[in-house]
Amino acid sequence: MPTISLTVNGQPVTEEVDAPTLLVKFLREQLKLTGTHVGCDTSQCGACVVHVNGEAVKSCTMLAVQADGAEILTIESLANNGTLHPMQQAFHDKHALQCGFCTPGMVMASIALVRDNPDPSEDDVRQGLEGNLCRCTGYQNIVQAVRAGAKNMRD
Amino acid sequence: MYDFRYHRPATISEAVDLFRQCDDGQYLAGGQTLIPVMKQRLASPSDLIDLARIDELKDISATESAITIGGMTTHAAIAASSEVRSRLAALADLASGIGDPHVRNRGTLGGSIANNDPTADYPAAIVALGATIITDRRRIEGDAFFTNIFETALEEGELIRAVEFPIPERAAYAKFPNPASRYAIAGVMVSKFADIVRVAVTGAGPFVFRVPDMEAALARDFSPEAIEKLQIPAGDLNADLHASPAYRAHLVSILAKRAVQAAKE
Ligand SMILES: Cc1cc2nc3c(=O)[nH]c(=O)nc-3n(C[C@H](O)[C@H](O)[C@H](O)COP(=O)(O)OP(=O)(O)OC[C@H]3O[C@@H](n4cnc5c(N)ncnc54)[C@H](O)[C@@H]3O)c2cc1C
Ligand code: FES
Ligand code: FES
Repeated sequence: MPTISLTVNGQPVTEEVDAPTLLVKFLREQLKLTGTHVGCDTSQCGACVVHVNGEAVKSCTMLAVQADGAEILTIESLANNGTLHPMQQAFHDKHALQCGFCTPGMVMASIALVRDNPDPSEDDVRQGLEGNLCRCTGYQNIVQAVRAGAKNMRD
Repeated sequence: MYDFRYHRPATISEAVDLFRQCDDGQYLAGGQTLIPVMKQRLASPSDLIDLARIDELKDISATESAITIGGMTTHAAIAASSEVRSRLAALADLASGIGDPHVRNRGTLGGSIANNDPTADYPAAIVALGATIITDRRRIEGDAFFTNIFETALEEGELIRAVEFPIPERAAYAKFPNPASRYAIAGVMVSKFADIVRVAVTGAGPFVFRVPDMEAALARDFSPEAIEKLQIPAGDLNADLHASPAYRAHLVSILAKRAVQAAKE
């Protein structure tokens, strides 16, 4: 079995994995980081988005062995001693979730988006979240939350 | 997903040698097509040869007349490259419209063209720009590369090193995306060089094709009006739940005009 060494949420990790293990399965089942969700098997929903070396990636469409040596950030990395990340706080404030299933991926995708574009327009947000599906909210409040979160992150 | 052996070569020759030694090997690039296909058990390679650590496959380099882009360059890197943006904006635009940001962060030029999905975007650029595919063993003209639906001129184990794109005087890409996947229901790239105009269509047929009537009309007069009355035959175009052949034929005319207009601006 291949052995991989990587950093997950700042912690060094060395683990054995089967070659076919997807990154999302490794995170959820081997490391018990169940904040990252699986919403589809067609690489379309974005519930599984994490950051790999700073880039938003669908962790259901990457093998754990491909992440050998990488730095991974998951939704669990964001809150600090119970204080929400400004983007999480904005999702809370703007009521940008209902069932919450899409939220971890939405928040991780939004943070990556805002890092590249600190003051996104409504259109920029809709384009930037093209790879994240929400079955509940109708997106309206998510778009508002991302713009508010961007402002929180600038301040 | 079925089990397989995973390899991570550091050089092109090591990758090609590994392929030869495997029963049923397959190269892995960004995995944005291959991994979903393996998850569905539609592919079950005995070995995956991951190209991600081969640095020479990720270069973007330019000369006076061409830009050469390594096979493992991601869509995001092509969209963000200042070299590509300033000298071949049509290609940067095309790359920035593929799928979604997460797919663009992983998916690669080489993986996309090796796969030759009928609705992929890059084939339009390869053919419209008269690009050359550089492999581990030879150079393949863009016009001869895409041979059928999901089929290319690549031999067993042949590895795409890079693609060389000649720089046109003008070019633009116009696409009508599938609203769910963003793949092209139809996409048209138009280019104008000193001696030739090319019009390449993706998404509409089984694989990318050129439209000689439009090319001739645009060579005489490079304007949307020049192709106003030209309609391609619907006969051989794709039919699926998203669009009928007649609708795709109509889209091709509209998109070609939009691309010419954008190329002129
Ligand atoms: C949700 C979603 C939306 C998408 N939307 C679009 C879109 O709008 N437009 C579009 O064009 N594409 C789209 N794609 C596809 C995406 O662009 C993929 O990146 C591309 O099809 C495959 O590239 P890859 O690097 O991921 O290759 P992989 O999946 O790793 O490989 C694909 C195939 O190419 C072979 N291969 C890879 N690299 C090489 C090489 N250097 N030499 C020889 N063979 C090689 C592999 O063996 C495999 O058979 C989408 C994908 C997803 C999941
Ligand atoms: S689980 Fe749906 S894209 Fe990853
Ligand atoms: S809040 Fe339920 S899927 Fe988005």
